[in-house]
Amino acid sequence: MIIALPVIQLMVLPLAADFEIKNINIAVVDHDHSALSRSLREKIVASGYFRLTVFGDSYPDAFKAMERNKADIILEIPNDFEKDLARDGGQDLFLAMNAINGTKASVGGSYLGRIIADFNQQYRKNLMIQSNSESSSIISINPINWYNLFLNYKIFMVPGILVVMVTMIGAYMCALNIVKEKEVGTIEQINVTPIKKHHFILGKLIPFWVIGMFVFTIGLFLVARIVYGIVPLGSIGLLYAFLALYLVAVLGIGLIISTYSNTQQQAMSLAFFFMMIFLLMSGLFTSIDSMPEWAKWIARLNPVTYFIEVMRMVVMKGSEFKDIKMHFAVTAVFAVVFNAWAILNYRKTS
Amino acid sequence: MENEVVIKTENLTKAFGDFIAANAITFDVYKGEIFGFLGANGAGKTTAMRMLCGLSTPTSGKANIAGFDIWTQTEEIKKHIGYMSQKFSLYEDLTVRENIRFFGGIYGLKGKEIRQKGDAIIKKLGLENEAKKLVKSLPLGWKQKLAFSIAIFHEPKIVFLDEPTGGVDPVTRRQFWDLIYEASERGITVFVTTHYMDEAEYCNRISMMVDGVIKALDSPKKLKENYGVETMDEVFYELARGAQRKAD
Repeated sequence: MIIALPVIQLMVLPLAADFEIKNINIAVVDHDHSALSRSLREKIVASGYFRLTVFGDSYPDAFKAMERNKADIILEIPNDFEKDLARDGGQDLFLAMNAINGTKASVGGSYLGRIIADFNQQYRKNLMIQSNSESSSIISINPINWYNLFLNYKIFMVPGILVVMVTMIGAYMCALNIVKEKEVGTIEQINVTPIKKHHFILGKLIPFWVIGMFVFTIGLFLVARIVYGIVPLGSIGLLYAFLALYLVAVLGIGLIISTYSNTQQQAMSLAFFFMMIFLLMSGLFTSIDSMPEWAKWIARLNPVTYFIEVMRMVVMKGSEFKDIKMHFAVTAVFAVVFNAWAILNYRKTS
Repeated sequence: MENEVVIKTENLTKAFGDFIAANAITFDVYKGEIFGFLGANGAGKTTAMRMLCGLSTPTSGKANIAGFDIWTQTEEIKKHIGYMSQKFSLYEDLTVRENIRFFGGIYGLKGKEIRQKGDAIIKKLGLENEAKKLVKSLPLGWKQKLAFSIAIFHEPKIVFLDEPTGGVDPVTRRQFWDLIYEASERGITVFVTTHYMDEAEYCNRISMMVDGVIKALDSPKKLKENYGVETMDEVFYELARGAQRKAD
């Protein structure tokens, strides 16, 4: 274990420290349907940084995709893009960015700006060869940042860090709990009573669940609101509903660790290992979309990922239940699996 | 003493790999009896006791505790026994009253019953002023008396005591044994391990374990006669000096 743990950490964690942004989901709204607009679209996809997820000619459809996190950037190509560019020598492109993740939005925006500038230059070269004219067609870009108008890093990070805090406190305290009883010896006294295993596990779970709810409340109302001025756009009730479920899952992890460890030291090292991976592979700092496929699976099997997404969506976008019902479903599965595991692995008879 | 058997073991064995901690233990314990379970450190007393309490699964052999089978009905056994271990086993960061309420609740006693019986215990032990104090602030002797009272709180058929008076002064030990006699008179069978030979004299019958095997089993008086000695100390010495295992 002494060897395996650092090796796994070394393999996985650099991915979380990779700040290069890849796989930016782009929605292209093409009102022009011209050869030129098509070649611009192809150039963007060919760059390797973008993934065309939505393509059509309706801006509302593209915007809906952004609401569902299916698109990070919307590029809107106006009517008569090709014609106007050739005739008037200038045209506007409209760019909307999902700035919930400020880094992704601004980096993605600048990549796209570079590609369009390049495209523009090529187009002018072609034009000059054709007509030898000196017209200087210019494509200009009008970007706006959705959801996070000024690319404020704090609005993006604070909800995520709140998730981290609740997760760490819950999982650590819970992991240490049963182990402490093993060390003190009271577990023996419990095991010799007719107590049911699930009653015991519930008795361990509920107090930390209450503490988790309390810590989150302080974080949300005292720190996020008063210190950072962040007020959730969406329903606070929805956040709490998700938190209630999420805590059961996270505390389940703590309990599993606790049933496998014999000393508090063992429990601490195990909890630290899992927390490190869970936190860094949760999309808190860096985008999961930029990671290789196998690393994405770690993120998908990580409950923290889901709560961070839910927090960001509800706090910054005002997402509703229908937008996050998948998150609820997955977290419910986690909660059931982890706690069943803990109950099965807790043995009253050795 | 009635002749109803409450603990019956037949060739009960527990091995950890090659090491046979308890080897083919066979004995009966009767209702209301105070049964002393003696042996040097490492002789296998605790292992045997843990099997009888359903904390540890035997490797082979049979046993029946309070009418329930040790292999298939451990949770039923647990409802009908009390247990107090070598290590002090109440929750130190709960108060006296909270510990009573907690363990009473686990055994399924009703709130009113817990309150009445709890008050009686506190009064009997003279803990009126300490009822709301944390258990960790009590002297060891008081803690042990409280732990014993809680172990028989739900009126079990048998109470298992694993070196209950270790480190306790002679006066408190005497008081502790008064509690044991009282329980025995109420029909609770007491199964007790100890290293104090004066305590061994208080038992109705004694078994002596050496190297995982029961070497002798009889009343203290008979044992002394059989070995032709005056005190239990000498009986213990006669039996234990043949031990091969080193004490831990």
